[in-house]
Amino acid sequence: MNPLRKWLAGGPLITDGAWGTELQARGLKPGAAPDTWNLAHPDPVEDVARAYVEAGSQVILTNTFRANAIAMKGDLELINRAGVEISKRAAAGRALVFASIGPTGKMLMAGDITAQQVRAAFDAQSSALASAGPDALLVETMSDIAEARLAVAAAKSTGLSVIVSFAFDSGKNKDRTMMGATPEAVAAAMVEAGADAVGANCGVGVEYAAAICRRLHAACDVPVWIKPNAGLPKMEGTAVRYGTTAEFFASHFAALRDAGASFVGACCGSTPDFIRALVNARCASS
Amino acid sequence: MHDLKLLEEALIVGDWKTAAAATQAALAGGVAPLTIVTGHLMPAMDEVGRRFEREDYFVPEMLLSARAMKASMEILRPLLASSGAQPVGRVVIGTVKGDLHDIGKNLVAAMLEGGGFEVIDLGADVAPELFIEAAAARNADLVALSALLTVTMGWMKTTIDAFQAAGLRQKVKIMVGGAPVTQQYADAIGADGFTDSAGSAVALARKLVAA
Repeated sequence: MNPLRKWLAGGPLITDGAWGTELQARGLKPGAAPDTWNLAHPDPVEDVARAYVEAGSQVILTNTFRANAIAMKGDLELINRAGVEISKRAAAGRALVFASIGPTGKMLMAGDITAQQVRAAFDAQSSALASAGPDALLVETMSDIAEARLAVAAAKSTGLSVIVSFAFDSGKNKDRTMMGATPEAVAAAMVEAGADAVGANCGVGVEYAAAICRRLHAACDVPVWIKPNAGLPKMEGTAVRYGTTAEFFASHFAALRDAGASFVGACCGSTPDFIRALVNARCASS
Repeated sequence: MHDLKLLEEALIVGDWKTAAAATQAALAGGVAPLTIVTGHLMPAMDEVGRRFEREDYFVPEMLLSARAMKASMEILRPLLASSGAQPVGRVVIGTVKGDLHDIGKNLVAAMLEGGGFEVIDLGADVAPELFIEAAAARNADLVALSALLTVTMGWMKTTIDAFQAAGLRQKVKIMVGGAPVTQQYADAIGADGFTDSAGSAVALARKLVAA
């Protein structure tokens, strides 16, 4: 049996919330790559992971979002391995660990990078992550189907289950990626690429997520992963605030489940409180 | 006339081969290089910007149009230079220090170039002193700052303050943009202008240069 189906046999799983803002709350300097802390300051990273496990996350990610050779420099093999090891220590068998792979930040069609460079970067990251034994790989915050295809192929070559998630934040109804891809186009292309689950993360807020979830769910027969932002960031003086509260966010849980979501969590601007609220909302609605 | 209509359409649909051929044909037909730029390339790229604003166009369409515009400009630029034609303005652009994201900045740079500006692109992760150095050395009219992250947008203020400290703040207009940036933030840090998309950046740049 596909491991995802086995994990989901009891119904939707609650995943985790934001990491970057949580690390900043623990002293990560603005502009510094959070991934470097896996080696330099592993304790606060583990602290964030544990906070999500204790809040009720059944799946936690790893602090490896940027650790591909196109997005950042450094000892990426060690950073990726350490990221998985930290999350596994924090989970201690209480949560699954899905290792995070983010976009390169460059555009294939602009000629900034070649497909070979992208594939090589994702191959190296996937095999470094896989060597530390995560439960699955998560390719997330994608906007370009061509780049995601390369990432999914690299991730699949490890033999692990692969979830792929896109950021839908553009278009009149905020239902397109930056590159204009629709949920239907994403679902079809990613299933064809071999993804074991497809999804939407980041984006403009939880109130748009159910409609996107429904369309992804209708367009394919693999589980759907949903992890929206806590709204868009707003500046208050020099501080950054996200408009959505944990309660408002969690009030969408039933709608997301009914729209076919198999994994529900929160993205940028969220905290362990959002996860606690989601866990409560699931109890209340079951 | 036919070639010029073809050129505009080639830019709007992002067909660089037709854009280059139509540019050559228009030149062969005796149309002045500056007329091609101001009368046809710029209006066509304005239309691309409007379609992006309306969200009929997404990033790929805009990139293809920018590529078609560049194919035409490569033919025209040497002719413009030898005729002494001046650009609409000179812009120094870059993503601020600590921020490696350059997709949005590249789109704005392409649109500004299509809008008739001379663009000096400093890339990503650009320190305030590099913006100042380039703006002074190239006698820029405008400095355009990009940031994608809430954690790096503070460098926009640092950069603007550095222009002030260097005594150059009155010599350039500074515009800012990027996902987390708002008009309110732009006002708070003393920027001269803000837009929320590459499509509207050209209109703002023209307004700032004319002011």
